[in-house]
This record gives sequence, C-alpha cells and structure tokens, in this order.
Amino acid sequence: MPLRVRVDPDRCQGHNRCYSIAPDLFELDDLGMSSAAGSGDVPVQLEAAARRAEANCPEHAVVVSHG
Amino acid sequence: MADRHPPVTDWATDFDHTDAAWIADPYPIWDDLRERCPVAHSSRYGGTWLPVTHSLVSEVAYDHERFTSRSVVVTERRPGPDAPPAPIGVAPPITSDPPFHAFVRRMLIPAFAPKAIAALEPFTRSLCRELLSHADGRVSFDAAAEYAQHIPVRVIVQLLGFPQSDADLFRSFIRRVMEEVDQTPEVRDEVFEEMDDYMNAQISDHRERPRDDLTSYLCSATIGGAPLSDEHIRGTMVLLMIAGIDTTWSAIGASLWHLASYQADLARLAGSPSLMDTAVEEFLRAYAPVTMARLVAKDCVFGGCELKEGDWLLLPFPAANRDPAVFPDAGKVLLDRVENRHAAFGLGRHRCLGSNLARMELRVALEEWLARYPSFRLTDPAAVVWSGGQIRGPRQLPVTIG
Repeated sequence: MPLRVRVDPDRCQGHNRCYSIAPDLFELDDLGMSSAAGSGDVPVQLEAAARRAEANCPEHAVVVSHG
Repeated sequence: MADRHPPVTDWATDFDHTDAAWIADPYPIWDDLRERCPVAHSSRYGGTWLPVTHSLVSEVAYDHERFTSRSVVVTERRPGPDAPPAPIGVAPPITSDPPFHAFVRRMLIPAFAPKAIAALEPFTRSLCRELLSHADGRVSFDAAAEYAQHIPVRVIVQLLGFPQSDADLFRSFIRRVMEEVDQTPEVRDEVFEEMDDYMNAQISDHRERPRDDLTSYLCSATIGGAPLSDEHIRGTMVLLMIAGIDTTWSAIGASLWHLASYQADLARLAGSPSLMDTAVEEFLRAYAPVTMARLVAKDCVFGGCELKEGDWLLLPFPAANRDPAVFPDAGKVLLDRVENRHAAFGLGRHRCLGSNLARMELRVALEEWLARYPSFRLTDPAAVVWSGGQIRGPRQLPVTIG
C-alpha cells in the first residue's frame, strides 16, 4: 500500500517546513497554511522526503501513513 | 544594571535573564532547573515565572486563556489590565490576542510567504558579498559587528522601503528597546517617542508617493474594510524592528560562533554544501535566539505553581529546544539531525511570521561566508560578547580569517 501524507488543519500554523522539504507533496494557501498536494499519495521516490517533512513539523501537523 | 539587579545566587527562586551568568551560558542553568523545578520563580521585575521543559513551554504557547501576549518583553513596567492599547498591543500581531490577532496576521502573511521572500534573496546575497568585501586583506574580522549585525537590518529597511542610509539609526532603536530593559520608564518613553517621530515621517512620505514596498502596502491595507490607523502601521514597523532584526542577526552570529569554535563542523559543512538545510535547522534549534514572554491573564495553577494575574512569564523556546525528553543528544550540535521539530520560531498561533525570511537570511549569510572563508577560527574565545535580555546572540565575535 502506498504512503499518503495529510496535514491536520487544526494543528498547522504555517511554519512551511513540509513545503520547503517536499514542495511536490504539499501546497500552501493564501495564509501560508499547508495541505497535501492532490490526493496526498506519495510516489515511491518521495517517501524519504515525506518522512522528513513529518519529522520536522514543529506542530505535529504532518502525518504520513499507509493508505 | 549591577546596582539594581544583584547577582543571582539561586536560579530556582531568584533568576534574572539579564544576569552575567545567564548571558554568558544559559544552557547549564536551564538543564539544572529542568531537573529541579521545572518552573522557576523570581520576584524580580515584579514577579516572573520560567518554565524550562518543552512540554510546559508548549502548554503556554497554546494557551491564550491563561496567558496573554499583550506585552512580550519583560521590563520593570508591567502594563495593567486596562493599559492602552490592548487588545491590539504596541506591536500587532505579536502583542495581540485572539480574535484581533488573526485579522492582523492574515493581512501580513502574504508579505512573508515563500515566494515573496525568494524575491529578496538576490538583494541579501549581494549585501552579504559587499559586507565580506570589507574583510579583504585583513587578518581579523568581527563576524557579529561587521557582518551578521548588518544583514537583517538592511533587509528589513529594504522591505519597508526606507533609505538604506537609515540602517544605523534603526540599529540604535533596536538596541535601546530590546537590550536596555533595566532603564527607567521615562528613559524608555523617550526611545519610543523618537521612533514614532521617525516612522510618522516615513508614513507621510509613502502616503504622498506610494511605491512597491511594505510601507506602501500597509498604507493601502484594510482590515474589515477600514484602513489601518497610523498607530497600527507604526506598531507593525516596530514589530518588524524588534522581531526581525536582533533575532536574525543573533541566529547568524551564533551559527558563525559555532563554526568558528568547532573546527570539525566547519570543515564538514564547508566541504558538504548539501548539509546546509539540516545544519541551518540544527543551529536554529541549538542556538534559538528568542525567549518570548507572556503576562498571566488570570490566577491559575501551572506546572504545580500558583500563578497570579499580572505575573510575568518568560517563554524560553531555546530551553525547550534543549530538552532531552524531546531531542536526543539535546546538548550536541548534529549538522545532519534528521528529526528536528525545534521551536525556535515558537509554536501555535504566534508562530514567527517572518520565519521564511529569517531562514533565507541565515542560509544565504552562511553560504556566502563559507564560499569566501571556508576556514576561520575564534581570535580569542574570551573576547566574544553575548547580548543580554530575551534575544541571545554574539554582539562581538572577532574571528581570524587570514
């Protein structure tokens, strides 16, 4: 099962860490808040970047899981 | 300072963030308190609390009921509950509480988004090169006073559209507001009056001749359909000055201090530019410059202590970043630290608005320094002078480059 990223909108404070680590996996709204780009499915070659984005979110807003 | 604030003998019951021992090396103090308290108290500044664990610092940052941001710099003067200009505060939105906080913040965020900041990178890079050119042919160079200090002030002056020749004036305002916190209220009023006069002149000039800069943007911005008052615009400028200059200058200086002091890390980073992204985050974690503050909004129990309405509370994000419960090897700088959820830019609603700008400045300042001087060292460790108060960074940092 592929990895999927999501961003908890209640936790995100717009630090933009995930976006700077993995710009292909996240997108920012006008207020700098992050959400998963598209479906949130993570291509195999970006799995490590997804894990790094999760491990560097100060608010624990980024969650990487299987499916 | 020494007359009014005697040296601290017990950090758990009488701490002072302007004490010489704290300024020289606060980390052992916080490590000790984390074991013993973990919320210290001091009757100085009219009563101040100090949580030192990541968990308690987070608890305060996320709680806008028990703690207010109406004042974020601990001084001898505590604003009363009705002191103007609450709830906006003197420098919105850093000194604002919800819900006003959110409106102001939304208005400013586009100016600090990644794309807007990327546009300032070429200016920053050429500024760094210009500053480094002053070291040409010299043996010794002050990495704080002659380099780091000049970068954020000139970037903010550029962002606001003020004359670059006013950068020195700006630096003097910042020093007097942020570091001379033990001055009398009368002396502090004089500083704020001088700053107001300067900013009023700039606002008038930009209203008459609008251009493509942040001051013109603020002059034309609206909240709820109404234009910003001059007081609000001045407050935003004060915010950029107190939050965007001393802080980033400190982060750049502390990072260069680390590289000058730890030659193995210097060689490793100079030889592996791909380490820069994790290294920047690790410098921000280990040497986070900013300790915020809150006022206690109502009597409450926090960390087992009984806090009273109107007490100060120091919010030391740098101490949270050194908590071994959250960061393995918290006291060590690991340039390739993979998991790094540091709180250098704060947590929660008051997350630093300028974090993208600060990160860009820090990265560019280090890249340009290392490209020009991949090898350098402290000239004399005893000659390094660190700032006091709530922003920690080297103010004098002589390094040998030749």
